[in-house]
Amino acid sequence: MEWPGLYNYWIAIFLMVTGLYLVMAPQNLVKKIVGLNVFQASVFVLYITMGKVTGGTAPIIAEGIEVYSNPLPHVLILTAIVVGVATTAVGLALVVRINESFGTIEEDEIRELEEAQEDAS
Amino acid sequence: MGMSAYLIVRLHNLFAVVMVSGVYSLLAATFFVVVDAVDVAFTEAAVGAGISTVLMLGALSLTKGREKVPSRPAILPIIIALATGVALIYGTLDMPNYGDPDAPIHQHVAPTYLADSKPKTGIPNVVTVVLASYRGYDTLGEVTVIFTAGICVMVLLQGRRRRRKAKGDTA
Repeated sequence: MEWPGLYNYWIAIFLMVTGLYLVMAPQNLVKKIVGLNVFQASVFVLYITMGKVTGGTAPIIAEGIEVYSNPLPHVLILTAIVVGVATTAVGLALVVRINESFGTIEEDEIRELEEAQEDAS
Repeated sequence: MGMSAYLIVRLHNLFAVVMVSGVYSLLAATFFVVVDAVDVAFTEAAVGAGISTVLMLGALSLTKGREKVPSRPAILPIIIALATGVALIYGTLDMPNYGDPDAPIHQHVAPTYLADSKPKTGIPNVVTVVLASYRGYDTLGEVTVIFTAGICVMVLLQGRRRRRKAKGDTA
């Protein structure tokens, strides 16, 4: 297998695993959302590298150029980036709202507060 | 990009985490230029590195700036993440090589778009043509998603000012 072979997928997978860990492990909600963004960008990298053709150029039609990279993944990812920011905004608004109600954005502390409330009622 | 992702895991100051995630997005954008996705690079640099970072800083200013440092490392998430990684790497073994012009992704509709878009629409940038002309409805759906997200954020944060005012009255 000659260079770069399948390395592009492995880079994307490394970023994806890091993002997955960041979504699961931290108790802090803002850090979880950052992890979600890392995960998202890894999917972007996966798609965009799949669209690359060796010797190709950006898919803008010009004279004297024969080989273009695949434009379809680019279109999909353009949409995905914008939608991703929209979901990030909603997630952060939820975090702000949670902070207002509970006074903390640490997940374990929120759980303790909820249990204390249930015991009280 | 890998380094900045690792830094995000290790850092506990949330301001630094948000800044490094901005760096991560910008590195992703430069990477997209290298692999010919110039339109995606523009969007990632403006929206991913710009607006996301601003939104997160805004959220941080309304919450707390530091993460509580965990007393013990989380073992189970590491195991799950690594298992997923191994399964995914096993899945890539059947994939076509990077830049292979004979890969299935380059055989189906992409050549048609590349050949037809200039004569049919007169716009040289194929990505723009597909986004706005061929798949205009998808872009309309995208706008709907952003509109819905905007309404969600407004509804979630709307009560803030009112509640704060009420609190100020009682105090």
